[in-house]
Amino acid sequence: MAEQAAIRHELAANLTVQQIKQLERRSRRESLGRAWYKFSRNPLSIVGVATVALVVLLAIFAPWVTPYPKHAGAFTDFAHAKIPPSLEHPFGTDQIGRDVLTRIIFGLRSSLLMGVVVLALVVPPGVLLGLLAGYYQGTWIDTVIMRVTDIFLSVPPLILALAVASVLKPNLWNGMMAVSLMWWPWYTRLVYGLGVALRNEYFVSAAEVTGASTAHIIFREILPNTISPILTKMSLDVAWVIIIGSMLSFVGLGVQPPEPSLGTMVADGSRYLPDQWWIAVFPALAIVVVVLGFNLLGDGVRDMFAAEEI
Amino acid sequence: MSTLNFLVRRIIYSVFVLLGLSIVIFVIARIMPGDPARMAVGARAPQWVVDRIREQMHLNEPLPVQYGYWLRDALRGDFGLSLVTQRPVTSDIREFFPASLELVLFSGFLSAVGGIGLGVLSARYKDTWIDNIVRLFSYAGVVTPSYIFAILFVLLLGWALKWFPIIGRLSEEVTAPPVVTGLITLDALLAGQFGTFLDALRHIVLPALSLAMGAIAQEARITRSSMADNLSKDYIASARALGIPERIVMGRFLLKPSLIPTVSILGLDIAATFSVAFLVELIFNWPGLARYGMQSMMHKDLNAISAVILILGAIFVTVNIVVDIIVAWLDPRIRLSAARSA
Repeated sequence: MAEQAAIRHELAANLTVQQIKQLERRSRRESLGRAWYKFSRNPLSIVGVATVALVVLLAIFAPWVTPYPKHAGAFTDFAHAKIPPSLEHPFGTDQIGRDVLTRIIFGLRSSLLMGVVVLALVVPPGVLLGLLAGYYQGTWIDTVIMRVTDIFLSVPPLILALAVASVLKPNLWNGMMAVSLMWWPWYTRLVYGLGVALRNEYFVSAAEVTGASTAHIIFREILPNTISPILTKMSLDVAWVIIIGSMLSFVGLGVQPPEPSLGTMVADGSRYLPDQWWIAVFPALAIVVVVLGFNLLGDGVRDMFAAEEI
Repeated sequence: MSTLNFLVRRIIYSVFVLLGLSIVIFVIARIMPGDPARMAVGARAPQWVVDRIREQMHLNEPLPVQYGYWLRDALRGDFGLSLVTQRPVTSDIREFFPASLELVLFSGFLSAVGGIGLGVLSARYKDTWIDNIVRLFSYAGVVTPSYIFAILFVLLLGWALKWFPIIGRLSEEVTAPPVVTGLITLDALLAGQFGTFLDALRHIVLPALSLAMGAIAQEARITRSSMADNLSKDYIASARALGIPERIVMGRFLLKPSLIPTVSILGLDIAATFSVAFLVELIFNWPGLARYGMQSMMHKDLNAISAVILILGAIFVTVNIVVDIIVAWLDPRIRLSAARSA
């Protein structure tokens, strides 16, 4: 090992800056290829990617791929209400005559939006607080941040999210706010644990003695080493956020009718169980498929990073 | 002595966490638009009544002082009147809590037995078809929200097969046993009404199972992977080399240390079940705390919402302490390091 390092060092000494950069780029490309290889070795990860891709494409192109785009809104057609699954309506029609398949595909939009927006709102502040608390470990900054985190983690996130959402005006955005408000502590605690461990690594001390600024140490030395656990958690969290979002709309605190949402469709449809089972069962299955897709994808990402660390 | 020390510190810390939670709840309750005094007396009450109520509820004082009054009352067990039921929140909770507790206990029991059982089975027959079926089942359990399980169970086991009733805690023709603990199954046994016990048991199966499915799946996964990890350790090989029967190696040497992660997660899952119960109780029309909390959220009944969340927080924190104790008992290393650091 030492010999190799010496050779590499000697090589590096004879290279121009441009050549070094080129080598770095190549090695990055190679490690990306290796990561993809590790990811794709598990067929379930590929199933996950394919499911997620399909769901995203369906959601984006909903107005063009659905058979009855008008049914996504406040459409009523009582003459065709509660039709069981048929060729014309593969998943049947609901209590006021709207095509269930169409509404499911449009409903994917709010579910995905929820997952993306909540994580976008939650990860930056959560990670930043974790970094700060980890870097200033043992000081009052650490104490304040981590004790507040503990308070939020002392109750299951669903309850507080429900409470906040119930106090606000019920709609998709307030639902997202409520979930976000409860979700950041998980990232803070994750990054805090990593940060405390990294704080004592030699490369951090090395940066310190060469006079690097606090900001440089936090963002250029510690942060890059926490990225893979954060990405892993994010990819698994999308599924959880979608589930919590569907629970909020199930109890009427998320997306408001006539806007379609999977949770609301299950809730409304469950009133017509068991005779018109398709109104509730197909949206329920759609939630399971979406969540399963993101979970498989998340597991693949986790395995990819886990293998890399060995 | 030092374990005791560790425990006392843990409890004191939890009290501070709960105090913090009460501040969070108070703030949430106060960010709501609208005048709590006006909501308490209704839209048609004259202004002077509202003013008097404002005075009584200390709403004219600064927020920290209001919090002080609120906390003092909460510590006395007085959460004010519920806007929905027009009764003290505390007596509402006393009425609804046992139903939820019964549900959560049953679901916890199912999670522990089912999860550990399936996990052990899966680890024992690793990489055979039994293992594969268990793993497939676990995956389905982890990705399916409990309210979807509830709907599927209602449809399949309740309606199509008619194995279990799907509404409430008892059949209409069955008279409830005298209330002792509030847990109908237990009360029925205490009163010696075996038929009532069976009826209550049949009612609780579907909601408890819907709540437990996720936890069963998770516990099975964790138990399996933890047993698989420990199986390759040297002490198992040496136990086998010494000729100790496989049954004892599995049961005594492998299972106990492998259950440590399972127990920690199981505890958190059981405590979290109270929150998931919000949806499941709604579906099964189960007259529990979660359904009460849900109704109060729908009606913006702040006194009830605050009380329910604070109580669930207290349960969660308590369960966490209990889990720590059980884990310390299972793992002598934790006991020793706690003793050393204290």
